[in-house]
Amino acid sequence: MEKKVNIMVVDDEEIVRASLTGWLEEDGYHVEAVESGRKALERLPARNWDLMLVDLKMPGMDGIQLMDEVHKTSPDMLVIIMTAYATVDTAVKAMKKGAYDYFVKPFNPDDISLTIRKIVDHHKLVQENLFLRKELKKQYKLRDMISKNEKMLEIFELARTVAKSSSTVLIQGESGTGKELLARAIHDESPRMDAPFISVSCASLTETLLESELFGHEKGAFTGATVLNRGKLELAQDGTLFLDEIGDISLKLQMDLLRVLEQREFRRVGGSELIPINSRIIAATNRDLAAAIAEERFRADLYYRLNVISIHIPPLRERREDIPLLVDHFIEKFNIEMGKEIRGISEGAVRILMGNDWPGNARELRNVIERAVVVAKGNIVTEPDISLPSATSDANHRTKSLEEIEKAHIQVVLNGNQWNIVRSAHALGIDRVTLYNKIKKFGLKKEGAAPKE
Amino acid sequence: MGDCLMANVRTIPPIPVPPGSFEARRNQYYSTKILKELLDGVPQDALKLLGVTDKDLCIPILTYVFGEAQVGGTAAVVSIARLRQEHYGMEPDRPLLLERLRKESLHELGHTFGLVHCPSRECVMYLSNTVVDVDTRGRDFCMACRMVVASNTATERRG
Repeated sequence: MEKKVNIMVVDDEEIVRASLTGWLEEDGYHVEAVESGRKALERLPARNWDLMLVDLKMPGMDGIQLMDEVHKTSPDMLVIIMTAYATVDTAVKAMKKGAYDYFVKPFNPDDISLTIRKIVDHHKLVQENLFLRKELKKQYKLRDMISKNEKMLEIFELARTVAKSSSTVLIQGESGTGKELLARAIHDESPRMDAPFISVSCASLTETLLESELFGHEKGAFTGATVLNRGKLELAQDGTLFLDEIGDISLKLQMDLLRVLEQREFRRVGGSELIPINSRIIAATNRDLAAAIAEERFRADLYYRLNVISIHIPPLRERREDIPLLVDHFIEKFNIEMGKEIRGISEGAVRILMGNDWPGNARELRNVIERAVVVAKGNIVTEPDISLPSATSDANHRTKSLEEIEKAHIQVVLNGNQWNIVRSAHALGIDRVTLYNKIKKFGLKKEGAAPKE
Repeated sequence: MGDCLMANVRTIPPIPVPPGSFEARRNQYYSTKILKELLDGVPQDALKLLGVTDKDLCIPILTYVFGEAQVGGTAAVVSIARLRQEHYGMEPDRPLLLERLRKESLHELGHTFGLVHCPSRECVMYLSNTVVDVDTRGRDFCMACRMVVASNTATERRG
C-alpha cells in the first residue's frame, strides 16, 4: 500500500486548524494540527512529515522563525507559509528563507490542491529515488561489506569466486579494515554457509592456551583439564575456521598449524587419536608477513600454505570515496539498532569525515557514526555531532615513540602546575629528583622563558 | 441516487440556515457551522443526513467550497450556488444543475461513508474544485469506492 502523506498544520486559530484538517483529510492525507511553533517543534520528531502548512502570524514564534528552526534539523522539509495579510515583502522574505510556497488566506481550493498534488508527486519521486539507490547499492555490497572503490570491488568479486572453493585464504590489511567481515562474507557465500564460522583471535591468548583452544584437549591432558574439550578446529568442522592475527603466533604453534594444513588431520592435546578436518581455513593479519619471514619470526612454509589466495584490503584513507557510502550504511544500521530515524548527514559533517585519515579505518568510522547517531538532536547528523579523537588528526601519532609521549606529557603537567616541581612530581607519581632528571634529559623549558645557555 | 448508495432516500422539512454561519466580510456562509447544525438534526431512523442550500459556502481558509462532509460521520452539506450556470454569467440550465447537484451530493455523502478522494476520474469521488471538474468526472462510485460504501453501510446498519 502506498504510504500516506503526512501533513502538519500550524495555526493559532482553532477554526483554521479544524477546517484545513477536515479539507485535507477528505483528500486522504494524514493531518495533524497544532496551535504554536513550540508545539510544532515538539511534534516534529514524531513522524516523517512530508509537508508543513504554517501560519505566518502567531503569538510567540512566528511562521518564518518556526521554518528556520525546522530547517536546522530537517533542511529538506517543505514548508508552505499561510497568511491573512498579503504583502509582497513578507512573501518575498518567506520564499527567500526557503518556503516552498506562499498562500494568502483564504486560498482558492484549486491552487492548494494543485500545490499539494505537486508535493505528493515529488514525494513519490523521492521515494522511488531512494528505492533505486538501494537497488544500486546492492551491487556495491558483499554481505555486510560495502564499497565503490575499484580495488574493493575486485576483492568482492574474488571473494565470491573463492567462496565456491575450499582454498585457504590469507587476508591482509590494517586493523579495522574489515578482515573478519570479509572472512565471514566468504563463509556466507560458500556452500559451507550452514556450518559454523569459528573465529579465533591468536594474539589474545598465550601459547599453551591457544594450543588447547585450537586443538582441544583430552581429559587429564594437563592440570585442570577435568573434561574432554573440543578445540576450535573440531568445532569448525564442515565450516570455516578464521584465524585472526596469525602473525602473532609462536614458532612452535606455527609448526603445529603447518602440519594440520598439510596433513588435514590433528590430535587433541594429550590425545593419540588422529582427527581429520575438512574445514576451510581463512587467516588474517595486520602485520607485514614478508618482513616477519625475513626476520625469521614467521615460517615461510606456513606463509606459502596460507597464502594460496591472498587478499589485501586497502586502508580507508586510500579509498576515501567509500566514506559517504559507509556513513549512510552505518547510519542505517544504527537507526535500526537504536530505533532512530536519522535521514542523513550534513555536507559539512561529511567534509570533516572525508578529511580525516582514519588510522582505525572503517571500524573507527563506525564508532564515530555510532556516537553521532546517539547525540544527533534532529534527523540529520551535523558537524557538532562528529567527534574525532584528537590524536587521529595528528598524522605522526602512529610513529611517536614512548619517549616522545612521555616528554609531551611531562611538559603538559609542568605547564599545568606553573612549573611547580613538587606538585608536578606528585601529579606524575614520581619523585622530585626523577622529575629534574627527566627535565634535563628532555631539555624541557618553561614556556616563554629564555633559554639558559 | 439511492441506487448508488443502496439506500432509501427521503426528504425532511427544511432546516433554517444558522444565522451564526454568515460571514459578513465575505458575504458567504461557513459550511462547518451549517454542518454542525445538521448533525443535531439527524432523524433517529436515518443513516445519513444531507443538507442542500442555495447559500454560497466557504471555510475560513478557502475562498469557496461546493460542500462539506464529515469523513466517516453522519452529515454533509452541498450548495447549489456555484453549480448554477448563472454564477458564471451563462443562461440557466436546470437539467445540468440537477446533474451537478446529484454528483456533488453523492460525493459528499461518499465522504460520510469513509471515502476520501479517489484518483480515478471515472469515479464520483474524484476531487473537483471547479464545475468543469464536476462535469467531467463520473456519475457513480468506481468499483473500489462502491465496495467501501457497501461494507460501511452494512456495518453501520448492524450497529
